[in-house]
Amino acid sequence: MDDIVITGIGFTPVGEHWEVSLRELATDAALKAMQESGGLRPQAVYVANQYAPVLSRQANVGVLVADFIGLHDVEAATVEAGGASGMMALRAAYLAVASGEADVALALGVEKSTDRVGPDVETALSVVLDADYEAEHGLTPAAQAALLMQRYIHEYNAERAAFAAFPVLAHRNAVGNPAAMFRRAIKESTYHRATMLSDPLNLFDAAPLADGAAAVLVARRSVLPPEMPQPLVRIAGFGIANDTLALHDRDDPLDFAAVRSSVESACKRANCSLEEVDFFELYDAFSIYVPLILEAAGFAPRGEGWKMGQDGSLELDGKLPILTMGGLKARGNPGGATGLYQVAEAVMQLRGQAGDNQIPNARRALVQSLSGPASLAATTILEPAP
Amino acid sequence: MDISRHWRNRKQRYRLVGEVCPHCGAKLFPPRDVCPHCGMEAKTVETLVGTGTVYAFTTVRQAPSDFAEQSPYVVALISLDDGPMLTAQLTDLGDVEPYVGMRVEMVTRKLRNADDERGLIIYGYKFRPVLERALA
Repeated sequence: MDDIVITGIGFTPVGEHWEVSLRELATDAALKAMQESGGLRPQAVYVANQYAPVLSRQANVGVLVADFIGLHDVEAATVEAGGASGMMALRAAYLAVASGEADVALALGVEKSTDRVGPDVETALSVVLDADYEAEHGLTPAAQAALLMQRYIHEYNAERAAFAAFPVLAHRNAVGNPAAMFRRAIKESTYHRATMLSDPLNLFDAAPLADGAAAVLVARRSVLPPEMPQPLVRIAGFGIANDTLALHDRDDPLDFAAVRSSVESACKRANCSLEEVDFFELYDAFSIYVPLILEAAGFAPRGEGWKMGQDGSLELDGKLPILTMGGLKARGNPGGATGLYQVAEAVMQLRGQAGDNQIPNARRALVQSLSGPASLAATTILEPAP
Repeated sequence: MDISRHWRNRKQRYRLVGEVCPHCGAKLFPPRDVCPHCGMEAKTVETLVGTGTVYAFTTVRQAPSDFAEQSPYVVALISLDDGPMLTAQLTDLGDVEPYVGMRVEMVTRKLRNADDERGLIIYGYKFRPVLERALA
């Protein structure tokens, strides 16, 4: 089959953009991705968004965005799959070009979370839970992560203090990312002083919801001119798997089974092993997710993922760098756009354009987004196109 | 106010009415009509006993708007003696510090005020520590 390649990426800085609207954020990211692709125009546009119907009273975001970036007479739709929305928009774009239904497709994620503040935002965040059996009992995504964290510490005798390693790493890496929300390193002591959100989970264990937009333009290699402005990155494989929506419906809540399944199928399709992965952009919406993901993916034995934060193996010069541009924690978590920031950052590493954060000889990226506690795991493997 | 959504779930909220799979015997709560254990249809109604143990718990300090007036409150995952796990608030704790493995039982309590000018209240299950006299 023809290679499916990423020809261009574009994104806005992540943060609180009070003066900029949903459509303006999206347009900014889309135009950058199209410009990077030498002016290629997509025949299909898939827009990932999580909260606009609740926070901005705006549904049909796919059509809105296509319209305002000047694309008419194209296929346009919204993709929503909780926190995995961005990765699922890339999946839709990939399938559109792989099937031949389109030559070029745009995956774009946009979130405008600062249109509301305070308890209204907590309410919006809880719509990803099971409405009747989780949210109606006062559960929030942060509380759900706290339940996992407490049980993890209880079952494995993990050190509570060890969780500091993940946000500290994320913040350190964000210093070198001009688009990150928090470009400053934090000390471990700062982590331990942070406000408690939902015991034992504190403010620094949770990634901040933010505004932002990221776009990735995808094409079949055979339709492209021989010379393209940017080095091409190949989508070598996808693996996508779901689990129960509600955490309480799992036989073993500490097993992120969808992570394991999606990584295995992505590796199979990309014809590579875990040892051949050079870095891992994972979904650190909460610090407890990091060890659970590392264990389920197969990088650490069960109950020991937290130790990887202690031995340097996840640093930029370690054997498995993660969160290379700051992750959700420090780059920020712009909801539906997050998966496409993860992909765009992996593309920068593979192109050799990651600046101060460049991983030497980055030849293969594992990129994964989750919705909730791995209710859906969407994984892709990216490589420089030969 | 989505009255019909709450009315529809009254048997689950007030009495923990779930299902039992006629094929493999697994008890299901919430009811889901397709057994997740064997994949067969499971529509046989079964009321669960309502006792269990705390699998994990946390105190919510940043509550959604519907629960803001109750904040902080304790929410837990509870392994029911019948088999399923559910999410519910812990209540009637008094001076008791909850702990993993604590024995709890279902009670009916106010979940929250409905966002409704008529003053409607949504009731449902919460769990409290098993009372001493119940053990005697």
